[in-house]
Amino acid sequence: MPASTEGDGTAATPWPLFEVFLRGKRGLNHVHVGSLHAADPQMALHHARDLYCRRNEGVSIWVVPSAAITASSPEEKDEFFASAGDKVYRHPTFYKIPDDVPHM
Amino acid sequence: MDDDNPYDLLAAADEDGRWAFGTGFADPFAGVDMAIPDGLDPAALARYCLALADDALIYSHRLQEWVTHMPELEEETAIANIALDLLGQARLLLSRAAAADPSLGGDEDALAFFRPPTLFLNARFVEPTDRGFAAMVARLLVFSAWRLELCAALRDCGDPVLAAITARSVSELAYHRDYAAAWVVRLGDGTELSHTRMRDGLAAVWPGTAELFTASAVERALPSVAVDPGAVRGAFDAVLDSVLAAATLDRPVAPSAGLSAGLSADQPAGPLGRDASHTADLTTLLTEMQSVARAHPDATW
Repeated sequence: MPASTEGDGTAATPWPLFEVFLRGKRGLNHVHVGSLHAADPQMALHHARDLYCRRNEGVSIWVVPSAAITASSPEEKDEFFASAGDKVYRHPTFYKIPDDVPHM
Repeated sequence: MDDDNPYDLLAAADEDGRWAFGTGFADPFAGVDMAIPDGLDPAALARYCLALADDALIYSHRLQEWVTHMPELEEETAIANIALDLLGQARLLLSRAAAADPSLGGDEDALAFFRPPTLFLNARFVEPTDRGFAAMVARLLVFSAWRLELCAALRDCGDPVLAAITARSVSELAYHRDYAAAWVVRLGDGTELSHTRMRDGLAAVWPGTAELFTASAVERALPSVAVDPGAVRGAFDAVLDSVLAAATLDRPVAPSAGLSAGLSADQPAGPLGRDASHTADLTTLLTEMQSVARAHPDATW
């Protein structure tokens, strides 16, 4: 049985959390794919490669310390997002799309 | 296709029409002639492929034993990936051995699961169970640095199939070496406790390294293809020196090496796994690894 002589094998302090962003082969931008624990950014890149690129998914990885992300609060959802819901004039639906503009 | 249109680029196909994640895998044997080249002794080629395959197969199994014992979930995946890479190398090499010499007795599965320990040709270096994480990463560093140099030298060898297999293995092994080196440096250049453990772990695996650079009858029987392991020692030493320097570790002094530190040229290698001389650890390992296949010889899944 390996590891039997090295204590209980758990880290004394949990490693910090990193968010992982991956750009796929055909992808145009990096997409958030998940998070992981690592001791530093370099190890986070290694772990991201092992956890999220095992099936030929990516050509580029970003890792960002989760603590560096400032997120909107769920409690402020209404102030942030709801007021856009009834302003139909903000959507470009009243314009005539020229025929040679694709994918609209 | 319009290169200015991102939607066309998104839907563009390389090899297949799909563009989801996880497609576009490359066949390592695309365009490779699978026939045995003229002038090569098929039996000698088979034995050499078998030796390289057995190193990967046995060491893969030892690394698999670490899954569920690693310190973090992320490290479990890392070690499992490395073990799987080596298993993949073993499968291709076993298949090549089986194709080169049908008298070996079957396909890759038969060679892996129904061969007795006396017919395995792996180095003894991959047989022991490591006591502790530091010894494990030390062995992984030595193994991957050594195998990387061998595979890099074999990329343009006289057998196109072996050349294709080893060419594919090089990038995998470079990652394994990188992974192990990162841990050796992290522990060696860490706390006093981690430094001591890394130093002891390295010392534990070091006596076995002399075997890796000793040519055996397996290599000598295939002079136009096989790489003399002694020839890659310089490159291996250079890599180890730079990793150990970053890790603030000294090269272990082998007991028999007298005053000169580390891998001295006259250090005796002892019996060679390439000559099918193995430790009892291999028998124990194979008993477990082969037990399911031997209990259910016709099972499929």
